Amino acid sequence: MEANAQTKHRKTALLLSLIPGLGQIYNKQYIKGIIFLILTASFAIAFYDLIDIGLWGIVTLGTSLERGDHSIFLLTQGIIAILVIVLGLVIYGINLNDAYKNGKKRDQGFALNSLKEQYQNMVDAGFPYLMVSPGFLLLVFVVIFPILFVILLSFTNYDLYHSPPANLVDWIGIQNYIDIFKMDIWRDTFVDVFAWTVVWTFVATTGQIVIGIFLAVLINQKDLKFKGMIRTIFILPWAVPAFVSILVFAGMFNETFGTINNDILAALGIDAIPWLTEPLWTRVALIFIQFWLGFPFIFAMVTGVLQSIPDELYEAATVDGASMWQKFRTITLPMILFAIAPILITQYTFNFNNFNVIYLFNGGGPAVAGQTAGSTDILISWIYKLTFTSAQYGKAAAITMILSVIVITVALWQFRRTKSFQEEDMM
Amino acid sequence: MNMRTQKLVRLTVSYAIIAIAIGIILYPVLWIIGSSFNPGDSLSGSSIIPENATLDHYRELFNPEQSDYLIWYWNTLKICVVTMILAVAMISTMAYAFSRYRFIGRKNGLVTFLILQMIPNFAALIAIYVLAYLTGLLDTHLALILIYTGGLLPMNTWLAKGYFDTIPKELDESARIDGAGHFRIYWQIVMPLAKPILAVVALFSFITPFTDFILAQIVLRSEEKYTLAVGLYKMISDQFGNEFTTFAAGSVLIAIPIAILFLSLQKYFISGLTAGGTKG
Repeated sequence: MEANAQTKHRKTALLLSLIPGLGQIYNKQYIKGIIFLILTASFAIAFYDLIDIGLWGIVTLGTSLERGDHSIFLLTQGIIAILVIVLGLVIYGINLNDAYKNGKKRDQGFALNSLKEQYQNMVDAGFPYLMVSPGFLLLVFVVIFPILFVILLSFTNYDLYHSPPANLVDWIGIQNYIDIFKMDIWRDTFVDVFAWTVVWTFVATTGQIVIGIFLAVLINQKDLKFKGMIRTIFILPWAVPAFVSILVFAGMFNETFGTINNDILAALGIDAIPWLTEPLWTRVALIFIQFWLGFPFIFAMVTGVLQSIPDELYEAATVDGASMWQKFRTITLPMILFAIAPILITQYTFNFNNFNVIYLFNGGGPAVAGQTAGSTDILISWIYKLTFTSAQYGKAAAITMILSVIVITVALWQFRRTKSFQEEDMM
Repeated sequence: MNMRTQKLVRLTVSYAIIAIAIGIILYPVLWIIGSSFNPGDSLSGSSIIPENATLDHYRELFNPEQSDYLIWYWNTLKICVVTMILAVAMISTMAYAFSRYRFIGRKNGLVTFLILQMIPNFAALIAIYVLAYLTGLLDTHLALILIYTGGLLPMNTWLAKGYFDTIPKELDESARIDGAGHFRIYWQIVMPLAKPILAVVALFSFITPFTDFILAQIVLRSEEKYTLAVGLYKMISDQFGNEFTTFAAGSVLIAIPIAILFLSLQKYFISGLTAGGTKG
């Protein structure tokens, strides 16, 4: 075959491919072309109504209650329509790319693949997609779809008074966000909840980390006996499902029959403490419970690190006359922090969203007069209450967005520092 | 102070601290076990070692006419096992594709997974509730299984991909030369070598639904559909204190098998988590 610089197959094929399939047929790949044509036609026929209604729906969110417009249904259809369009555009792009590439091959005078080769190519190239698609599809529906939904919902006035099918929901721009920061009742609650969320995250997590590291170092002393047994007991709180432990603690701190007031404090001669009705005491109890629940994880991780630190380091330090504290500060602690820093950061983001302990212990209570959030509610449990108790869906979605931005910022900052993100092979 | 007394003081203080810590850790455990044998429905006037210990509360839980506990246990195990199977199947295929093939969209896919694993999937709880409601999947176990599986995918795919990357590619290539197809290499060459990480993924996929409360609470509505977490919560939140001893027995029956399972497999847990922490 000799190269022919004069031909313009690639441009012609690309232009013809604006209607998918024609470019391939022009390239004399008839079967592939027909497949593309049929695919396009069925795509258009099958999804025309969906896309039509979906796009209209997502723009207007319904105009007529008499006709039975359901704003949230329409919003959902709108998102599906957009996802379908994206899928269609991807296939369209593949079609254009294919026509262009084969046209270029013809321009350069190469032979095109035969049907059999095309089939083989498709199997080879398609295999990874085949492997990824079941999981990816599920991900689109149960993870990505809800995220898109929340994003859009945060720009609507969906609440108890704008609730289908009795009412229509409208787009209100960023009004939800403005309300949260400007309207007194929302701003006060938001500031209270956010402040407690930050304090909770910081105190509970730092505490469990310090306790975990301290106990791990303590148990790791060479001349200490019963190490195995002690370690097993220390991991026990991690082994019991957290929801069970939290509910048990709720019983222990109960003001009428709980053992803390009735047995322990009574034995020490201290008066009963209002654990569940006084905000400060509920907070103290929550932080204590999270220490109990959370330290074993850190303990186990740190124990693993400690066992990998070579003895020679300590011996050398002893020869140099270092004290125990100096050894800890200059050898042990840096090694631990270096090895488990990423895990420590996930501990902070975990507690930031630790719904279980807050909700199961005292339902976010005790309640605060005139607020939708209780005095120990963190952002995520407040969102839960807004959704299921006061039906403030739009506001709840807006707060979810704020929460997600915070979590993602922290997580991105963390992952930029981890190895795999810098690994060349990942890309 | 000579070396000997110094050592003695250090060890005594250490043992004292350990004793206090063990006391704090075990007290709730002993208290709830004691409560579960306590006669009567409430705890008022009881002591940690009950005087007339009784197994009545355990009998009540095992009697289908008196309690739905066995149904909840069955529901939970069913959801956990199905989630585990689905998740392992999807994660192993996805991680394999990401590890072994260079295809268009791979990079974007990996970055998407990295970002998705940062957001806990219950953050979108409004959306999950509304969508389950609209699709008629509210109050079904199918909805929960799908949500759990979807939520497990991003992080565990990264975890498994990291492990697959360490399996030499030469093995695949020699198998390919011998005429093995794509699927055969995946199934007969790589999967058997990846058993350790698949075990870790399976473990995570089993435990996550077992210990979840919030998603089950959002999706499940009727009592005979409850999982253990929701059932147990309802048992005490509806009439706190009045059924506390039965609740205690229920807690013991969950805590013991799971704790044994966990403690016997903790090595894998820790290896999986550290791998996830440093590699992905």
